[in-house]
Amino acid sequence: MTAIARPFAPARPRPTVRRRVAALVDHWGLPAYTVAAVAYLLMPIAVMILFSFNEQVGKFNYQWHAFSLDAWANPFGRPGMAAAIRTSLEIAFLSTLAATALGTLIAVSLTRYRFPGRSATNLFIFLPMATPEIVMGASLLTLFVNTAQPPLDTVIPKGVLFPLGFNTILIAHIMFNISYVVVTVKARMAGFDRRLEEASMDLGANEWTTFWKVTFPLIFPGILAAALLAFSLSIDDFVVTNFTSGLTNTFPIWVWGSLRNSLPVQINVVGTMIFGTAVLLVLGSTLLQRRAQ
Amino acid sequence: MPEIDVRLVDVTKRFGPDVVAVDHINLEVRDGEFFSLLGPSGCGKTTTLRMIGGFEEPTSGLIELQGQDVTWLPPYRRNVNTVFQNYALFPHLSIYENVAFGLRRRKVPDQEVRRRVSEMLELVELPGYEKRRPSQLSGGQAQRVALARALINRPAVLLLDEPLGALDLKLRKQMQIELKRIQQEVGITFIYVTHDQEEAMTMSDRIAVMNRGHYEQLGTPEELYERPTTRFVAGFLGVSNMLRGERLGEDGGYAVVQVVGGARVRVPRERLNGRAAVEVGVRPEKIRLLSAGAPAAEQLNRLDGRILDASYMGVSTQYIVRVADEANLTVYEQNVERTEEGSLHRPGEMVSLAWTPEHTFVIHEGTGGDAGNAG
Ligand SMILES: Nc1ncnc2c1ncn2[C@@H]1O[C@H](COP(=O)(O)OP(=O)(O)OP(=O)(O)O)[C@@H](O)[C@H]1O
Ligand SMILES: [Mg+2]
Repeated sequence: MTAIARPFAPARPRPTVRRRVAALVDHWGLPAYTVAAVAYLLMPIAVMILFSFNEQVGKFNYQWHAFSLDAWANPFGRPGMAAAIRTSLEIAFLSTLAATALGTLIAVSLTRYRFPGRSATNLFIFLPMATPEIVMGASLLTLFVNTAQPPLDTVIPKGVLFPLGFNTILIAHIMFNISYVVVTVKARMAGFDRRLEEASMDLGANEWTTFWKVTFPLIFPGILAAALLAFSLSIDDFVVTNFTSGLTNTFPIWVWGSLRNSLPVQINVVGTMIFGTAVLLVLGSTLLQRRAQ
Repeated sequence: MPEIDVRLVDVTKRFGPDVVAVDHINLEVRDGEFFSLLGPSGCGKTTTLRMIGGFEEPTSGLIELQGQDVTWLPPYRRNVNTVFQNYALFPHLSIYENVAFGLRRRKVPDQEVRRRVSEMLELVELPGYEKRRPSQLSGGQAQRVALARALINRPAVLLLDEPLGALDLKLRKQMQIELKRIQQEVGITFIYVTHDQEEAMTMSDRIAVMNRGHYEQLGTPEELYERPTTRFVAGFLGVSNMLRGERLGEDGGYAVVQVVGGARVRVPRERLNGRAAVEVGVRPEKIRLLSAGAPAAEQLNRLDGRILDASYMGVSTQYIVRVADEANLTVYEQNVERTEEGSLHRPGEMVSLAWTPEHTFVIHEGTGGDAGNAG
């Protein structure tokens, strides 16, 4: 063991250049690599934040001009932008809520009960994550459009799934979010000790009370992680949304649309805000999990 | 006639078509008794207990609790509580809330909860641990909390599934005494599952020795040890010497059985129960070793043999004696009688084995077990 940890220890021969370089690499190699990797990951974010303080000159925020707080003072001051952000938040919030509730129930039943079609369900749940987004978006579009054609139009009232809009985006987001929620919550359920629920029922709690007093608190960190993931996937989604949004703008769609003739600094400001919120949420959930242990 | 707390009537549990975990068990557990289910791994102890607790539904049969049919009631509608093998304490709750869990479900007022929890922690000798989390307890402490959490509900019956299984030997012994004390103090019926025969013997009022889904014999520890009626029970509760034989006749209150090498052994008559071909047994510590030809009281059973092996074990010496070139008998001799060093019997030496006829037990193979509730 020691021989491996300190390869140059025994005789302390006079350090040659080669040895000195080797020792340097030995000592600094890993830290340097780590810093490089983290920098690589954070570079785009750093650029985004930096350029949110750029002065708006012309239409595109591609080049650094001068430090300015103009955009921060008026972060939503672009036509259509506030509405788009609002839509994005609403859809993210609602799809997270629905997907987390449904996905958690699916995860619980998949880990808890044996029933016909269980392994098939396990596979199907995985499919939306494996399907290319563009394929999913295109097929959703086809599906939604066809609800306006016979025979589907007799079953599904006009305005629910066609014309495209808020509803269809929401349904699409719930759909792909469920998969991620199921996978995340299932991971948490895997280590769950069934006897805790038995103990709870033994002590007089019925199924309902047992779920809320024992099962839920214990898998809550998993549910929270799943919800955060779902929220960030939804607020960020472009491809599927682009197919299913019709005339409705979410923030990513709005950015993409405005990009054709402008790239305002406000985009970086809002991006920075979203990033900051995400960091806070992750920090919060980490703290919560640490306290729970 | 003591009241019956738990009654199992012809209870069977199958898992799938092939596994019969519990096979037509009939059982009556009396009010206030310390009752043990003892048996090797996989014999169906846990399954039996889980059916009483309500975690498993019997395939057929009936389970009664204090005269009420509870066969199909969920666990939370039965007046029993369980101490799980790995404690199953709620990791997200403090010790206080763990113990209070059952009372909270019954909406007991806060003040009473507080009083009873501290009373309970007192009983299991863990006062002052209220604020801790289960992860901050030692195995023995977690065990006590699990006990307190169950007992605080004052159940009619407490079910314990190998509650000391995870503890080391010393703590185990200590907790055995502790459990017994608590049981006597609260006066609640305990049904205790274990595969440790010594544990069952020291703690129980009665024991059912289980094997392959049913019990072979039920009785007090003494009955089971002194008069096992099946080969399995004889072997499971310590070492025993078994001899095949044939009934020759009767002599006073005794039946005379001819065993290996033509030797005759006397057995209290009622134990033979009229059978002709039997298997009799005797525990190793009941046998006295005599030098060959030494006089012995007339009424003792006596076999002659040659010592194959002698192992000095401190408290006692264990001999293996070959009788009539047919059977090997084990004999334990307390090292109290031989004072001088080197005065033990040597391998090769001819000896006589003698024991009182009352210490001879008879195997009733095929008739023991689920037929009835003796004892
Ligand atoms: N859920 C189950 N599904 C299938 N078979 C089971 C199930 N539970 C128990 N068994 C089987 O039933 C038999 C009895 O099991 P049980 O757990 O009651 O044994 P046990 O006496 O408690 O053993 P141990 O001392 O090892 O705990 C075993 O053969 C076991 O494999
Ligand atoms: Mg068991």
